[in-house]
Parts: sequence; C-alpha cells; structure tokens
Amino acid sequence: MLDLIWLIPFFPMVGAIVNGLFGRRLPKGVVHTVACGSIFLSFLVSAGAFFALKALPPAERVFEQVLFEWIAFGSTTINLGYLLDPLSCVMILVVTGVGFLIHVYSVGYMSHDPGYARYFTYLNLFCFAMLTLVLGNNFLVMFVGWEGVGLCSYLLIGFWFEDAAKAAAGMKAFIVNRIGDFGFLIGMFLIFWVFGTLDFRTVMAQAPGALVVGGGIVTAITLFLFVGATGKSAQIPLYVWLPDAMAGPNPVSALIHAATMVTAGVYMIGRCNVLFSMAPVSMTVVATIGALTALFAGTIAITQNDIKKVLAYSTVSQLGYMFTAMGVGAYVAGIFHLMTHAFFKACLFLGSGSVIHGMHEEQDMRKMGGLRKHMPHTYWTFLIATIAIAGIPPLAGFFSKDEILWKAWSGGYKFQWFLGFAAAGITAFYMFRLVFMTFFGKERFDPEEVHVHESPRSMTVPLWVLAGLSVVGGWVGIPAALGGANNFHHWLAPVLDPAAVTETTHAAAPDLDGLLGVRTAYASEGAGHAEAPEGHGAAVGAEGGAEHHDPTEYVLMFLSVAYALLGILVAYFAYLLKPDLPGKVAAKAKGLYELLYNKYFVDEIYQAVFVEGTLALATFFWAFWDVVVIDGIVNGTGYVVRSLGGGLRLLQTGKVQAYAMTVLLGAVVLVAYYAVVAAF
Amino acid sequence: MNFQMADLQLLAPHIVVLATALLVLLAEAFCKGERKGYLAYLGIAGIVVAALLTPRLFGPQRLGFSGMLAGDGFAAFFYFILYAVGILTLLVSQNYLRDERFEHGEYYALVLLALVGMMLMAGATHLMVVFLALETMSIAIYALAGYFRTERSVEASLKYFILGGFASGFLLYGIALIYGACGTTQIYDVMAYFKALPALTSSPMALAGIGLLTVGFGFKVAAVPFHAWTPDVYQGAPTSVTAFMATGVKAAAFSAFLRVFVVAFQGTHVEWSGVLWVLALLTMTLGNLTAIAQTDVKRMLAYSSIAHAGYLLVGLVVGTPEASSAMMVYLLAYAFMNIGAFACVIMVGRYGQENTSLDAYAGIGFRFPALGLAMAVFMFSMAGIPPTAGFIGKFLIFKAAVHEGYYWLTILGVLNSAASVYYYLRVIITMYFKPSPDEPAVDGLRVGPSAALATVLAGVGVLYLGIIPGGIIKLAEQAVRFMG
Repeated sequence: MLDLIWLIPFFPMVGAIVNGLFGRRLPKGVVHTVACGSIFLSFLVSAGAFFALKALPPAERVFEQVLFEWIAFGSTTINLGYLLDPLSCVMILVVTGVGFLIHVYSVGYMSHDPGYARYFTYLNLFCFAMLTLVLGNNFLVMFVGWEGVGLCSYLLIGFWFEDAAKAAAGMKAFIVNRIGDFGFLIGMFLIFWVFGTLDFRTVMAQAPGALVVGGGIVTAITLFLFVGATGKSAQIPLYVWLPDAMAGPNPVSALIHAATMVTAGVYMIGRCNVLFSMAPVSMTVVATIGALTALFAGTIAITQNDIKKVLAYSTVSQLGYMFTAMGVGAYVAGIFHLMTHAFFKACLFLGSGSVIHGMHEEQDMRKMGGLRKHMPHTYWTFLIATIAIAGIPPLAGFFSKDEILWKAWSGGYKFQWFLGFAAAGITAFYMFRLVFMTFFGKERFDPEEVHVHESPRSMTVPLWVLAGLSVVGGWVGIPAALGGANNFHHWLAPVLDPAAVTETTHAAAPDLDGLLGVRTAYASEGAGHAEAPEGHGAAVGAEGGAEHHDPTEYVLMFLSVAYALLGILVAYFAYLLKPDLPGKVAAKAKGLYELLYNKYFVDEIYQAVFVEGTLALATFFWAFWDVVVIDGIVNGTGYVVRSLGGGLRLLQTGKVQAYAMTVLLGAVVLVAYYAVVAAF
Repeated sequence: MNFQMADLQLLAPHIVVLATALLVLLAEAFCKGERKGYLAYLGIAGIVVAALLTPRLFGPQRLGFSGMLAGDGFAAFFYFILYAVGILTLLVSQNYLRDERFEHGEYYALVLLALVGMMLMAGATHLMVVFLALETMSIAIYALAGYFRTERSVEASLKYFILGGFASGFLLYGIALIYGACGTTQIYDVMAYFKALPALTSSPMALAGIGLLTVGFGFKVAAVPFHAWTPDVYQGAPTSVTAFMATGVKAAAFSAFLRVFVVAFQGTHVEWSGVLWVLALLTMTLGNLTAIAQTDVKRMLAYSSIAHAGYLLVGLVVGTPEASSAMMVYLLAYAFMNIGAFACVIMVGRYGQENTSLDAYAGIGFRFPALGLAMAVFMFSMAGIPPTAGFIGKFLIFKAAVHEGYYWLTILGVLNSAASVYYYLRVIITMYFKPSPDEPAVDGLRVGPSAALATVLAGVGVLYLGIIPGGIIKLAEQAVRFMG
C-alpha cells in the first residue's frame, strides 16, 4: 500500500490535465465526475496509506519513496520523492478528505458558471500542488508545491477576472506571497549552504551536530523560513492578502483560504520542528507573532459586516493560534488545531456560501436575518461549526484550542497565553454575532425580491459531513487530564515529539534501529538545552511524566469555557435582545470603532509606504535611469549591432568562388599560425 | 587486417540501418500505389531496431576491426542523438514531401544512408574511417539538398558539393600530414605517439596537419570562417533536409572533431585550443550578429545554427571530459529544439509557397495556438531560457569553461547568448503581438499525424531535458569516462 503513495498527487494531476485540455468540450457531468473522482481516489489511497502506516510500530512509521533523480549537479543530487510519516499522513487525509467534500459542494455551487471546467481544473491542480507540498521529501519539492498552491490561489481568487477588483485581489495575494516566498528561499539557501542537501530526513538528523543551539545560523534559517510562513499562512505583517482573497468563489475560500493552503506555513514549521526547537529566539518570535495575530485579527472581525470578511479575519486569527502552538513547542497541538480548524472552518465557509447562494449573491449581513427558517440545513450545520470554533466542549475546537493555551501557559509563555486567551472570548463573540445577524432576528431583506431557498443536496451533504467532523474531530485528541488517551499526540509523537516516543518505546522494544538512535540523541539534547534558559521542556516533561496533572490545567480550562460563554452571551444581548445597542456603542467609541472597522488602516499604511514608495522609486528609475541612461545604452548597442549585422550580411554574396576563397584564406591563416607556433 | 566475429557487434547498428536503407529502396520498387509514407515508418522501424542493439555498447571501451571502430559509451551516446535526429527527420519529412509532390523512396533511403555515415563518424577511431564516413554522409546529403530539383534547391546542392569537396581536400591533406608525422592514423596510436615524443608538439608537419584538420571539421560544423556555404545551402535545401543537416551533420561532425582533437591531439591541447578559442568567438559572434539582421525565419535559423556551433566550440576549447559530456547533452538538446523549430516552419508553409518570411508569422500564435506554443517553446530553448533543454546545454558548457578558467570566453559566450534572445523572441513577438493581416499568408497549417507527432516528441524532449536533465547528464558523463 505504501508503495502507492505516488498515486495520491497523481490522480488530481491527471484530473487537472483531462479537464484542462478537454474540459471545455466535455459535458458538465463528465467534468465533475473526473474532478471529484480523482480526488476521491486520492482519498482512498491516503486512507489506505494511513492504515498501512498505522500497522507499523511507531518508531518505523517513516516511508520514503524516490520517484526519480531530479537534479544532479556534481556531487549534489536532488530527488523528486515523497515522504510519508504520521505528520504528512494527517495532512494528506485532511487535504484529500476535506478537498473531496469541497469538490462535491462545488458541483452545486458552480453549476451555473460558464467557467465550470476551468474551475475544476484549477481545483484539481491545487490539490496536486498541495499534496506535493505536504508529501515532498525535501525542501525543493515542498517549494514546488508551495509555489504551485500560490499559483492556484492566484488563479482562483481572480477566477472571475472580468471584475477588476477581483483580479486585483488575486494579484495582491500573489505579490504578498512572493515576499514571503523570498524569505523561504533564503532559508532554503542557508540550509543548503550548511548541510549541502535539502533532504528533510538528512537535514533533521544532522542538525544537532551541524548547528549550535541558539546560534546565529539556526536562528537565521528559522526566521527566514518563518517569513515564508507568514506570507503563506497570513500572519502579521503579511496577512493583508487573505481578507481580499475572499473575492474568489466560496468553496475556494473554504478549501484554499481556510482548510489547506493557508496552513502550509504551520505544516512547514512542524516539518522543521527540529530546527525550530534549536532556535529559542525564533520560537519566541513565532509564538508572539502568532498570538498577536490571533488577537489583532479577532478584533477586526468584530466590526466587519461582510459575512466572508468576518470568516476571513477569523481564519487569520485561528492561524495565529496554530503559530502560537508551534512557537511554544507544542507542535502536536498546532497540527491538532490545524486539523479541527480545517473541519469547522470549511463548514463555516461552505455554509456562508450556501447563505450567499440562497440570498442571491448578497454578502452583507445587515441585509440578512431570520434565515434559520428558510435554510434549516445550512443553519444547523453553521451553528454546530460556530460552537466548535467558539471552543465549547465537547466539540472539536475546544480540545485543540485549549491544548494550545495550556501549553503556552505551562511552557512559561504567559504573555502569549494572555493574548490567545483574550482572543478566545472575542472569537466566540464575533462568531455568534455572525450567527445572530444572519440566521436570527427580523428578515432585513425584501422577501418579494429575494426568494431565499435552501441549497441543493450536493451542497448540504458536505455541510453535514463537515459539521459531524466538527463535533467528533476533536475526540482523537482528548487530553489525559480529561481522562482521554490523546491518540492524536501518540500518533504524531514520532515526528513532532520524539522525547515522548523514546520513553514509551524504550520499555516496549529495547533494541532500537539506527534511525531512532539518532533521534533519541538529538531529542534529549534538544530538550536539555531548551530547559536551561527558557524552561521549554516543562510541557514535554509533564507530558512524559503522565499520571500527575497540574490543577492549573483544570482552572484554565474552566476559565476559557466560561469566557467563551460570556462572549456568546454578550453577542446574544447585543444583537438579539437590544439590536440598537451596537450602534450606540459604535457611536460612543467612535475612534475605536473606526479603527477596527477600517482594519487598523493597515492596508492604507501599506499602500502609502510600500506601494506608493515603490511606485515613486520606480518612476524615478523609469523616467531617468531607464529612459535616459539604459535606453540610451541599449538603443545605442542595438543600433551598432544591427548595422554590424547589416554590414556582415553583405559578405554573403551567394558566389561559390567567394565562399571558397574565404575557406582558403582561413586555412592559410591557420596553417601560418601553426607554422609560427612551431617556429618559436 | 584481423577480423573477428565479435567485431560485428560494434557494427550491428550500422548494418541494421544500412539494410533498412536498402530495404526501403526495394520496397518502393514493389509498391504500386502513389502513397509512400509507410516507407518513412519502415525507416523508423529500422532505426528502432538499431537503437535496441545499441545499449550494450555502453560499458568498457572495445575496439574492433583492427582498431578502426570503437564500441564505447561515447559512440553509443552519439548514436542515440543520431537516432533521435533520424526518427524526427523521417516523421517531419513524410507529410512535407507528399505536399510538395516529391514523395519518393530514395529520399528515405538517402536519409538512412547519411545516418550510417554519421554513425560511423561517431564510432570511428581511425582517421581514414573518419574520412570515409564523412564522405558517405556528405554524398547522401548533397543529393538530399538538391532533392526538390527547383533552381534554389539544385543551386544549394551544387554549392555544398563544390565547397564540401574543397574542404574534404583539406581534411585529407591534414590526415596525410599527421600520418607523415606519426606514422599512423589510428587515433589512440596518434595520442600515444604525441605522448611519447613531446618534441612533436613543435613539429611543423604535425601542426600543419592539425590546422588542416581544423579546416575540414570546421567546414562541416559551420565554424567561421568556413561557414559561408551555410545560409545559402540551408535556405535552398528542402526544409526537412535543412533540419537534418543542421542537427545530424553537426552532431556527427562534432563527434569526430571531439574524438580526434580531445583524444588524438590531447598532447597539443595548448597549441590548438588557442586557435579554436578565436574560432569559437568568431563563430558565435558572427552567427548571432548576422541572424539579428535576418527577416526570413529559415535563414535566421541557418545563422542561428552557426551561432550554436560557436557555443559548442567553447566546449571543444575547454577539452575536458566535463566539457565533452556537456557538448553531447547540448547536441541532443539542439537536435530536439532545432528539428522542432523546422517542423513548425514546414507546417506554416504550403505547396509552392514556403512562407518563411517573418511577416508571414504575424498573429499566427493566436490563430493556431498549438503551433504557436510549440514554436515558442523551441525559440525559448534556442535562446537558452529555462526550463528548456537549451538552457541546460548552455549552462553545462559554460560551467565546464568556468571550471577550467576560461572566464573571458564564458563572458563573451553569455553576452552572445543574450544578444541571440533578440531574434528568437522576435519570432514569438511576431506570432503573438503583431496583428494578422486581413489576408493572412498562412490560411491553414500543413500538418499531418507524423509531423504533429514529431513536434510533440521534440517538445517533450526539450522540456524533459530542461526539467529533469539529471539522468541524461549522468549518462553523458559516464560516456566520456575513457577520455580521462
């Protein structure tokens, strides 16, 4: 089964090729059967791979498949290969599973669009790129996927490119991402410079020997990689593209801009956890940026009226949580939240799509209300996902978010914990604000004009599946403190938390293979170093020590649930009981409201500083440097070259005698030269 | 002369291709109908059989027929380049010949006979065999160049024949002088002789011999100043023959050039590399500068082929195994991109109207998207822009040059390459950014299944070499190991 993992990216690629080349001539039924079918086959293979991997003992759950030698320069060879381990396994399941549901949903959502085949081509291409990204066995393959998803994101944001604003949103996403990619590239170059290879397994195995913990090089590498992550995963300061990216079709927002692509940065840090663990400074930066983003984006979401914009800022905020987890060394918690977030956020986006579809392309929540009666399926699924994201037990979001906050607290990151905690209640507030404004209260639209209708089966079924996953998805990671087995943690431990594995496997299987031996060595070393200055190891230690639980964990758990409920209550009070209250508050705190409503004016600041600044510089270079200096040189050279060419052309007389003469002359000169060489 | 049955193994691919050529002639005699396209496929089948017999030549070097013919990776790699050239040429020709009302069996037979000559050049380890192989190839090519019997075609053929004979004289004289100096014409013996007698490096006879051999080979690869025939012949010959000449003849001539100079004249590298340095620079520069001034695509491609010979000569100047393997990859890349480009040129033309002027290309990129895409890929590759084969070829050659400290030649080569972008991109710009005239010269494509297949194969080759060159580079590196 494991030998078949190359099929996982292969199916969507074939789907993209078929629909890309012939889609326009094929009937719609064939187009979506190919698209959905290919991703479903990928899902089946992924599931098979998961069970095959699960059958192995934890320490041996690594499978590398080299497809072919890709680039060979001198002693360096870079292979195109796939790496399947528990981490990438989680990712492929999420990408193919959620991806399949969203493909199915798209069948209904895009049914009237003239660009039907083009849409599914891009969607399949995206899945291919995303699967390449998560399965790549070295940085370069990952980078290929990384750029590929960026391209598909651009294509899909600007899918309706006739609308200039939407095309511009696509470009914004692309350009901002390029800034991040530049950081990723530099990080990659540094890794290549230090290790002479880009292979994940080699780099991670050699890192403890080749780099100094806390040293300048590892810090630089990780910080540059993190710059890449901030671009792709929309963190401060490069988050600005994601809200604009909502210009794309709704399923795209669900798949690319909520569930999968934007989590690539989180995955990348998880993949490089060995490097990050060796750079405490970078870890603090990651955790702080993540927590700040979580709070910052959450506050913006409070004031937005566009249903998709709220969800977009919510995504940025939730991604912030994931980075907080990565930064405090709770890699498993971060990936856990990545997974649960994929479920409930995809559900929310698809639900909002259903609402927009039913409301005839209306996105402003102020013109909605009372939709509960008209769209029961959408309403219930949306509500479930909202409870999940708000962090109410026992739904998925509670377990993952709480684990992050607990790890931040117990790891000594009190400041980051505070930011994340503050954002948690805000999340509950703005999400329920959204639910109340959309589904409850009076109908603020004209029923004569807008005939609200429930969406077709192909859309509601994926919604229900995702809602179900939003409920149960967290149960795989119920913490030990609540009597759970935390299977998710055990599953990922070989990759993300090797210390925990060695403790359990030492008892079970004393003879470890060589690979694990290396891992054991660097894991304990890493933990030891981390403990000294910052006290990172505390969380890991507590985890390994099992049985004993800090009572603080329960206190924090209670606090965050209570706080989330408070957020819901406030939303209930403000948007259902006293609907005129928000207006009054906004009027009172006009300055603050304006600041939040205009998203802290970040777009305007970027526009003034970077865009205008670049343009001014560009104008200077264009008007003076380019037009006067460069063009002068180029035109001058061109003129000279063309006259030369024109002159040389005249030598071509077409006369054989003349040609023979040149050959003879050449021969004479050559032989004469050699005669001179021989003589001296 | 000793002859052993085992030697036949080394000659098996040649025998198969030769037999196929004869078979094609025979088959035509027995065929009744007007349509003779299947003869091309018969030829291809023969080449495929030869290709199946070739892989076992990789491996340790073997010499046969008293040291006249080698069976080694070097020869085998070149055989494969030549097979690619042969197959693509046959595919491209079939449709073209029918459309031009000139479909005869002897055309295919001549292509195969020329191919035998080319293969012998790549395998030859004896100067006399080199000469005979070169003549075998050339005579077939002379006939092919005049195949259309139009005024231009015949003129091209006659020019090539007269000048080719002239150049062969130099080559033969050079061989005679080398024999006079060394007492042998076996390439490895010559090498050993130069090694044993260092004084020979200043012998006027030996050096004059090297000089005359330079003239002979320089003529065949179209190096300046022995290039003058190239534009006229390339433009006058049937386009499919031009493609065959530009790729096959060049590959074969470079294979012999390489083996003779890098192996036999190893000991005098200091002396001849300076001369070739100047030739390389002249060839690149003159080829590119004149190409810029062209307004006819076919003629532009002729000058471009001179420029490419210049880049390849850089590899010869360097003379290391690394450079030789780079040249081999380059020649393979060149075979794909050049035949591909000529295939597009053929498709744009029609009976009695070649449409090779650049103006005819205005707007065809949008009217014939597949053709436009293919031509664009080939032009990008010729210009050396990644991710195409052309880039990999140039990169490898210049890398080898830098490793040996030829910084100036590299800089001048890269500058030349940059200048060449102008005339390659001009084709793309004309195709896509010039509006088609109201009455376009090209109102349909001359395309058949075989020509389409050839274009696709060439395109795939260009992109494969450009994106995943690792395996082929490694193969080329292994192929030149014996040169050490």
